[in-house]
Amino acid sequence: MSTPIVSVKNVTKTFDAGKGMFAKKTKVHAVNDISFNIMPGETFSLVGESGCGKSTTGRLIDHLLIPDTGEIWFDGKEISKLSQNEMRPLRSDVQMIFQDPYGSLNPRIKVQDLIGEPLLIHTNLSAGERLKKVYELLEVVGLSAAHGERYPHEFSGGQRQRIGIARALTVHPKLIIADEPVSALDVSIQAQVLNLLQQLQKDFNLTYLFISHDLSVVEMISDKIAVMYLGTIVETAPKKDLYAHPMHPYTRSLLSAVPIPDPAKKKERTLLKGDLPSTTNLPAGCLFHTRCPYCQEKCIKERPETQEIGEGHFVKCHYPICNEEGKNV
Amino acid sequence: MAEKLLDVKNLRTEFKRDKSWVTAVNDVSFHINKGEILGLVGESGCGKSVTSLSVMRLLPIGTSRVSEGEVFFNGEDILKVDKKKMRKIRGHKISMIFQEPMSSLNPCMRISKQITEAILLHNDLSKDEAYKRAFNVLKSVGIPDPDMTLNSYPHQLSGGMCQRVMIAMAMSCEPNLLIADEPTTALDVTIQAQILSLMEEIKEERDTGILLITHDLGVVAEMCSRVIVMYAGRIVEEAPVRELFESPMHPYTQGLIESVPKLGSDMTSLPSIPGSVPDLSVMPKGCKFAPRCKYAMDICREKEPELVAVPGQEHRCSRCVLHKLEEKEVSKL
Repeated sequence: MSTPIVSVKNVTKTFDAGKGMFAKKTKVHAVNDISFNIMPGETFSLVGESGCGKSTTGRLIDHLLIPDTGEIWFDGKEISKLSQNEMRPLRSDVQMIFQDPYGSLNPRIKVQDLIGEPLLIHTNLSAGERLKKVYELLEVVGLSAAHGERYPHEFSGGQRQRIGIARALTVHPKLIIADEPVSALDVSIQAQVLNLLQQLQKDFNLTYLFISHDLSVVEMISDKIAVMYLGTIVETAPKKDLYAHPMHPYTRSLLSAVPIPDPAKKKERTLLKGDLPSTTNLPAGCLFHTRCPYCQEKCIKERPETQEIGEGHFVKCHYPICNEEGKNV
Repeated sequence: MAEKLLDVKNLRTEFKRDKSWVTAVNDVSFHINKGEILGLVGESGCGKSVTSLSVMRLLPIGTSRVSEGEVFFNGEDILKVDKKKMRKIRGHKISMIFQEPMSSLNPCMRISKQITEAILLHNDLSKDEAYKRAFNVLKSVGIPDPDMTLNSYPHQLSGGMCQRVMIAMAMSCEPNLLIADEPTTALDVTIQAQILSLMEEIKEERDTGILLITHDLGVVAEMCSRVIVMYAGRIVEEAPVRELFESPMHPYTQGLIESVPKLGSDMTSLPSIPGSVPDLSVMPKGCKFAPRCKYAMDICREKEPELVAVPGQEHRCSRCVLHKLEEKEVSKL
């Protein structure tokens, strides 16, 4: 159990953003030097605001994007340098669940063919065997075999997300990358899908990389959480540590910004000023210093290194917050 | 008590679907006082937005109609006033903030033009004065450099900034009532917190009544004083915010509150409501929530319960047969 299933080491990814033929070439720094490990059987979550590089990270691990620098190890293999063909046999081990259940299912294909497609690609099963497998999976995710004959538009959002999950499960993946799987769903449906994901993890011994912007959803499902800001991971910690002792000022303000559904608890909010800086023109020094309430001179000049504070608790900050009263310097 | 700013009575809105009319909003009644934030919660498709659009008379004519009900605004039934007068009320006395700030602004117009347009339409001001006023409202909604913002196009602004511009535009004529339809749903949590505290400030300063439509119970708990819960086009429960969260009466409200993941609760699985929202054209007979309700009895499937006052509690009502059984004497609201 001690070897990680996914290991990301100092990965960087930039995109070109030249606006026209003669425009100055600019680069979007989507992911800047991130490292983390995912252990088999755990749920690792990436949280952060939109544009912080969560989805890019997911896509890098799934080999849908190639990193500029750094290494990505999956199940003992370095995959970032593999070609598409070399990657193909590994694809069945990593599957994705997408955010938008309306956009991720082909509207012209019957559900049973949608779910059966990965089997067609990755296995040598006959049509009858594939169909049998599909029906089994439909039952597993809480739909019935009769649903296989229908088209995606006949389903509600929650049911579609179940179809997406069934499709991801067909080839017995080791890792499932779930990119905001519940953010498009209503709360009552969201709870159904989250419970299903947890049940499946137990039954099929899955590892999840769970990408979300919602800290309260993440708390329920995760073992370990990494908070991202402007393409870097600012804090990584086991779930309990992160929620009980957030050390990075950004994590803290993110947690305090979440509205609590309990009117009796009026809490103090640490409001962040301003917006996210642009990723084409990253701030010097600490990336968070433009919005940090505790910003000091060192933060403007020097970029902080990741330091380990507690067990498995990593923070990228010069002055991490250690207790309620103040900060240790 | 404070005076009623908006009083909606038995509103019923229908849409045309293949030559027949389906009811999207049925028998909805509520009121908003001055300086009060009323929350309207429910899942997608429950009629929250249709209710607000009916009040604003912004629904498409021909394919939709308000077939019953009255909407009193400052004592006048605005469903009956003519188009010209409605135009004077809309954007002037009642304004609206929409869900998607990026797509509700005109991408081809500078912000200055979009804000001054509303100001010039409703006030007798010169262009310079209107610009000055636009400058001041932008400043009041916390935009750091109003001159630059006024001169930019929507695509040059971030989502949070666009929403501030939308709020500024809505506030530019100092309306009495602000209808905010999912104002923070498209925004990130840190920006959401900024916008919410801005709306609270506006309410405090100008005594504006706000109808806050949202699906996020967390937002409701922090912002509103009273809450209406809608399900399948009907109000199923109405209560002051504290009571609603402490002791939800309707099984749907109970399920809804339970199914929200809460920070720091250390839960490993969530209670959920089975099934999904019924389709408008194939509504169950009887109580609309009965197919998903864990307490459903035979009577629930037969007859739709009325929205009744909860006995012994002021300002609360619920649409469920359970309360009738417990207390025999229930006065109809």
